[in-house]
Formats: sequence, C-alpha cells, structure tokens
Amino acid sequence: MSHTTLETCNTKVETDLKEIAADVVGRAISGGATAAEAVVREGDEFSTLVRLGQVETLKESGSKSVGVRVFFGKRAASTYSSDFSVAAIERMVRSALELAKVTSEDPLGGIPDASELGSLAGDLDLYHEDVYSLPGPARIDYARRTEKAALDFDPRIKNSEGGSFDAATGHKVLANSHGFVGEYRRSYCSVAAVPIAQSENGAMQRDYWFSVARSMSRLEPAEQVGRIAAQRTIRRLGARKVKTAHVPIVFDPMVANSILEHIFEGVNGDSVYRGASFLAGKLGHKIAGDNVTVIDDGTIPGGFGTSPFDGEGVPTRRTLVIENGTLKSYLLNTYTAKKLGLQTTANASRGLAGTPGIGPGNYFLQPGTKTPQQIIAGIQDGLYVTEFLGHGVNLVTGDYSRGASGLWISGGELAFPVEEITVAGNLKDMFFNISEIGNDLEFRGAVACPTIRIDGLTIGGE
Amino acid sequence: MTCEQTNSTWCVIIMLPPESFRIQQHLINVNKEQFFFEHYGLTQPDLERYLAAALSAGGDYADLYFEYLTSTSLMVDESMVKSASQGISAGCGVRVVAGERTGYAYTDDLSPQRILHAARTAALIASGPAKTPVVGYQEKQARGLYPVTLPSVDSEITAKVELVMRADKAARAYDPRIKEVRASYGDELRNILVVASDGTFAEDAQPLARLNVSCIAKNADGISGRGSGGGGGRVALDFFFGDKNPEHFAREAARQAILQLDAREAPAGEMEVVLGPGWPGVLLHEAVGHGLEADFNRKKTSAFAGLVGRRVASEKCTVVDNGTMPWRRGSLNMDDEGRPTQSTTLIENGILKGYLSDKLSARLMGIADTGNGRRESYEHIPMPRMTNTYMLPGDDDPQDIIRSVKHGVYAVNFGGGQVDITNGKFVFSASEAYLIEDGHITAPIKGATLIGNGPDVLTRVSMVGNDLQLDEGVGTCGKDGQAVPVGVGIPTIKIDRLTVGGTAKRDAGSFMQ
Repeated sequence: MSHTTLETCNTKVETDLKEIAADVVGRAISGGATAAEAVVREGDEFSTLVRLGQVETLKESGSKSVGVRVFFGKRAASTYSSDFSVAAIERMVRSALELAKVTSEDPLGGIPDASELGSLAGDLDLYHEDVYSLPGPARIDYARRTEKAALDFDPRIKNSEGGSFDAATGHKVLANSHGFVGEYRRSYCSVAAVPIAQSENGAMQRDYWFSVARSMSRLEPAEQVGRIAAQRTIRRLGARKVKTAHVPIVFDPMVANSILEHIFEGVNGDSVYRGASFLAGKLGHKIAGDNVTVIDDGTIPGGFGTSPFDGEGVPTRRTLVIENGTLKSYLLNTYTAKKLGLQTTANASRGLAGTPGIGPGNYFLQPGTKTPQQIIAGIQDGLYVTEFLGHGVNLVTGDYSRGASGLWISGGELAFPVEEITVAGNLKDMFFNISEIGNDLEFRGAVACPTIRIDGLTIGGE
Repeated sequence: MTCEQTNSTWCVIIMLPPESFRIQQHLINVNKEQFFFEHYGLTQPDLERYLAAALSAGGDYADLYFEYLTSTSLMVDESMVKSASQGISAGCGVRVVAGERTGYAYTDDLSPQRILHAARTAALIASGPAKTPVVGYQEKQARGLYPVTLPSVDSEITAKVELVMRADKAARAYDPRIKEVRASYGDELRNILVVASDGTFAEDAQPLARLNVSCIAKNADGISGRGSGGGGGRVALDFFFGDKNPEHFAREAARQAILQLDAREAPAGEMEVVLGPGWPGVLLHEAVGHGLEADFNRKKTSAFAGLVGRRVASEKCTVVDNGTMPWRRGSLNMDDEGRPTQSTTLIENGILKGYLSDKLSARLMGIADTGNGRRESYEHIPMPRMTNTYMLPGDDDPQDIIRSVKHGVYAVNFGGGQVDITNGKFVFSASEAYLIEDGHITAPIKGATLIGNGPDVLTRVSMVGNDLQLDEGVGTCGKDGQAVPVGVGIPTIKIDRLTVGGTAKRDAGSFMQ
C-alpha cells in the first residue's frame, strides 16, 4: 500500500468561492431579482473504521455545492447545483427566477437590512489544518488503538462495531445583494469506539464513547476513549426491567442534552409564531425553576456552534434564553423576528435551498455546583438514564414519552442496569422539576448540558 | 456536529392513515435510454478504464455508481407559498472491496480525470497485483415498477402549487379549531447507473413524490393538538389527483389534531396492545427488520444472529420484505448494486427464514443476495436495507380482535421508531391511540412510546387480522447516517403483552388481566 497517498490529496482546483458567490448574486440581480443571496460550500472528508483489528472501511472525498435564494419583491424561491460550470450556474439562477413567479407575496419576506449584516472580527479558532496532519496509516492506527483499548478492557468485551477516526474540513461563503460577502473555514476530527459485551447467558449489550475536536491537538487519547466506551458497555450487562414507578430520575449529560434540545425547539421562532410550541406566548413568564439558566452563544472561540455570522450574514452573538427560570428570549432569524415583532438573534441556519431555519450557536444549561456522584447520593430509589430510544416528544403539547435504559439507583448508589422501560411526563412540568444541576458541563457538540435530576416523571415497566 | 453512533438504528417517519391494499401495475415500456452515455458522453472504454483503475491494487470487486438527481419542493404556510426550490446534484462513487475491507471515494465532478482519481483513491484499500474486471457487461432485464417521469418541468409547477394550496384549504375547512396548517410537496427523479467488475451493467430512473400536511388545533380552553397526514410513492404527479388527493391527506391531518384535544393520559406498564392496520407495521421494521439485515448478522452484533430456523414469532406471523410492489415508496426495479429486487420471506409461520443481504454480506456469509443493497447517494457505501416490509394477513376479524381485549390499548398511528440492534430493544411511538375497555374502543389517549424486545415480541402475537394494509408512503429509514425511503404494512394484530409508556397515575396492574 502506498502510504503517502492515503492522505487527502484531492487536487483542489483553487477556485475563489467568494467570486463565485458574488457572481451568482450579480446574475440574479441582472436577471431582474430585487434581492438575492448565494451560498457556496466546499468540503472534504476522511473516515476509517477498524473492526476487530482489521480495516473495514476507508472513505475519502471532497464535494462542493452552490445555492441561491432570490426575491422578486415579496416573492422568494431558491435553487442549488453541484455543478459549477458557467452554464450550470446560469441555469440555476434562471430556474430560481422562474420559480419565484409561482410563490406567494409574503409581506415580511426578504434578506436582512444592510445595517444588520457583518462578520465577527478576529480568529475564532475554528480551523486547524492539523486534522489532516496524520499520515494515512497513523489515522488507521488511531482507530485501531481506540478499539483495542475497549477490547482489552474486560474479557466480556467479545465483539465490536469497531473503532473509527474521522476528519473533515469545510469552507463556506455567503454573499447577498447588499454587498455582503463573508466566509469561514471549519475543521473537525473525531475518534470513537463501539464495543459489544456478552454475558454468560449470551445476551449482548453495546455502548459507545467518542471524542471530537476542531484540532488534533485537542482530541482525547485513543486509549482513554476506548476505555470509557468499554466501561459504559460493561455496566449494561445483565440489564433487567423494573416495575412501573414514580421516582426521581437523573439524566447523564449525553441524554440531558436532549432535554435542552426540547427547550431549543420550544423557543425556535419558527415554532413560536405558528403556535406550534408549548412555549409560544411565554416570553417574560416563568417556564422553569429558579436554578435554570440557558444561554446560546455563537461567539465562543473554538466552539462547535461558533461562526462569525449566521446563515443570513448577521454577526453571531450571545443570547440569554432563560434566566433563573424566566423565558428572556426566543431564538430567531430575520423572518421569524419580523413575524413576532422582535429582532433577529442571529440564529439563522441555511441549507442550500429553501428558507432559512433556526439553528443553535453554542447552546447550554448553566452548570450547578454538585458533582454527578453527589446528585446520585441524594436519592434513595431512582433511575440514572444513560440512553434514550425513540423520539416520542410532542412539542405542541409538551407530552413526553421515550424508551430508556440506564442504571437503578438504590441507597444513593448505582445498583444494577435496567432496560426496556419508558420515561414519560410533560415538558412544561419537567423544566420546573429540574431539582439538581451538576457541575459537569462539557461541550461535545454545539449543545451541552450537565447532569440533571428531574422529579415527577413516570417510569413504565412491568 | 453530532456523532451518530453506529448501530443505534432509527427510523423517523411521519404518521400514516389506513389505505386499501391496492396494486396498480404501470405497464409502461421502460426504454432505458442510457442517460449517462447521452448526458455526460460516457463510453464503454471509459467505464473499463475506471474499473481497471479501481482494481489496480487488486481487490475482489469494484463498482461505479453514477447518480444524477433532480428535485423540487414547495411549502405552504399561513396559506402562502412561502418556499419553492429546485436543485440538481450529480456524482460518481467508486467502491473497491478486498476481503472484508471496503475502500470508497466519490466525486461530484464527472470528468474522466476526477473519476479516475476517485478510483485510484478507493483502490488503496487493496494491496496486491492488479486485477482485470470481467469483460462484456450483462445488461439487466428492464423492469417497470414505476412510471417514467421527467425531471420537474415548469409546466407542472402550477399543478404542484395547486396541490399544496388545496391541502391548506381542506385542512382549514375541516374544523374552525384548526389554527395552523403547513403543507409541503416534494419530488425527485434519480437516474442511476451501476457498473461493476462482475459484469453488472444496470440503469434505472427512479421517481419519488410525496405530499405532507401538518395541522395544529386549539380549542377555547387553550388546549393544543397536532396531526399530520401524507403519502406518495414512486408515482407521477397524476397520482395526487386521484383518491390520494390533497383533501384526503389534509382531512386526515386535521382529524388527528382535533382528536388530540380530547385525549387523556395514556396508561403506563405492561398490557394488551392491538395495532391497527397499515402504518403500525413500523413495529416489524424496528422489532425484526433491522435485526435481520445481514451486515449485523455477519458481524454477530444482532440479537437475531444465529437464530435462522428458530421460532421468533407465533405461528400466525409471516413477514416479508418485498421490493417488487408496483409504485410503492420502498420499491425498486433494482437495488443500488444493480441487482433486481425481490420478495424475501423473513419469518414464515413464526420461524426465522433468513436475512436481507447485499453483495458483500452474501459473498462473505455464503448466502443468496436478496437485492437489498441500498445507499442514500453516490456519497455513500451501500449496505443491506429494507424495502417494503409487512406481515401477511391472517384469519381474524379485526372486530373480534378488539372484542377479545378486556383492558388495553388500540394504537392506529405512529411517529417513528428506533431499535438497538445488539440487545434487541425497540420502541415505536403512537401518535393516535385509544383505550380498549371490556372489548370496546373508548377514549383517545395521548401519544405514548411502546417498548419491547425484538426477538420475542412477535411470539406474543395471538391474533392476526384479515385486513392487511400498507402505509401511505412517507417512511424514511435511517441507518449509519444514511436515509432511504421505505414502506411498511401490517394487518390488525393483537400483542398479549407490551410495555406502554404513559403517565396515568393509576396502578398499571389494573390494566392487566
């Protein structure tokens, strides 16, 4: 195997993405559009999966795409293409202009005002070329060592879905007819292990652990990731059902994240103006206990949710969403802000086509002071949830019912693993019933939540 | 940036109402027009050159997957067409397999230079002397399970706008308590060409269309409810101007939203559960379908590994995966490895018969290739996936099934589901369900998740109705981060014991016989 060529060696055509974006906007305007916005994206990815010590897959590629959104007065439409030839781009712009004829006049439609546009200055620490610095064999070795650490941890770890190493970089340009042209690059690398443990009776359990970073220098050591994956898997062996019960529930940070995401969906301007959120109309109201403060901050250097501007070219910012239990702000883009008579919070997210949606910056629950162990120690009988299954959440009504597995808490300690149970309640009550918040906030993505305890939920079991 | 972990396989879908089991053969002469030869100037010698580059370092097998996808989508919200978009994406993926190893690279530029580069990159998985691909391609017999459509043409766009506007109007007209309506229409045409070193040469043009409606209802007390309806398949636009028109889907969405206004708390604990026909077939998809995909069984990471020939369901249960049903969302003339799809019996009278396989797992496991190798796009490595998965009808009258239940739940519509392949635990979330008390359907209940264990849930199926239905056609299944369209179906069935994840404070024991 010729090792050196394993690295991403795509002979990149050094096209200036900014020029392409500005050209697309220019073509739209000369075609008759009253406003236009173009996005150009380019990215590459590498991934390898090693299973039981052998390379199972190696994948390496690059791709690019361009999208345009045009306005004819108050009518909008969008098109996209993966072909950057002049003919294809011309066809894409012309299609968008044609398509805009069939859409409705929306009095609040449009791109942001020129005065709102801009880009955060300075280095946001989002891009590190070193994610591709390892030579091919060393990347495979990273994945192999991660899996091996898991396999070696305990003789009951007998199988594996593998160890993996991934790296990716992306380059994004946004331009619009107010003359805004912004760009940024982001990098990413991750390592993960998914071991499978087997008990004497043949029953299998799997779990996982991973590390993700914008720079290789911040990626956790392979052995540490593999070991934690193994520990998380082993502790599930021998899981059983429990009886239907009403006891306190502790959510580990990985699953607590999902609770925080439900708040995000609840304050998402798109759901709010349509009345599709259980938090619609609650601005300034108490929606959670005094201990709950939630922040969205797209400006944190190096963050997974950081960018210099949002999907519409508005500089990102820090927004206090919930302060001591009171709903202080929804999360908005330009359109939803106009619908609600508010200002955008620079949370526009934009794909290649369609209208901008709402996405998080670095979105988190302010940590408390107790360690997870102290929170568990305060519970006589309860459940520690480590995994959810399914998506049984109704954001219109707040009704909540999900499959779960984890560990039973008895006498303040983790006693035995449980599975095939449900956790149910209503989100409106759950946020008031967050009785403990841990001190273990750690970002493994754009959304992060420490360990939390919630009372008043129903566990469905035998 | 999330880290979607490997075998946590999920399936997100949107609700589905019942429909009659209808077979409609599109007897259209599918004249495969060699799309990529015409549009990209591809030639036979080009293909041979690319495959030779892919096998330049050895390997057992190589394939090229050319894809040209055009798509259109429209959305109406607040009775305004707020969004319309169209797009084109094209590319080629090159795969090289050496033993159990797979090398993969793709390009969105179909120039010879870029495809050769991708082929040489994928080739690095192997380390041996160059191999020569089979000379002389076997062109597959063309099949016509779906109509030949053209990429979205401008003349049709006004008809598509009419569909979403009619859906909006019908939903609002259903009941004054319907406050918000969002309707969307999306279609695509996927032209693919698969050429492989084993002589495969197969082309297909796969249309896919769907119409979705979602509604929010509010009553005077401020209580809210939501509902959704939708459907489609591998159909042309005229499909939505027949029985499955916008009004049909809109009324269904509105009906569900209004019903939720009166829903009471769902019970919690183990009890008898009756599933209605059609979309509740998502049970089969999660509980057994994923666990029978050959890749998990080759790696022995599935709770079903080694169970072929064993009883995994009551003798009333026969489950098939059938990719050959005309026009269905999960159907394909050929899979993404160029193999014709087929109808595969997974469970016959309760006995596990076999797995769903792709080329790699068939070769490594020494089993037949069932034509289930699918991928989301040219950027993805194919793997065994379901098509349309359903249970054959039994003898029981659905009314008798309801009458046989003293205390339980009747679930007729579901959101999505998810399964942990390794321990077999699966969930599926009811979005429309009712209490059954003394053999009668009584009050509607709030949505609740049902949870069970895949390898034994079907052993508790004591009655199977004679009313098989397939879903309306909006299902999308996710596995390893790849989304593909699928179908599900089931007759009314009774499961003697299943855990229902409600909140009702009453003792769960009172629901058990």
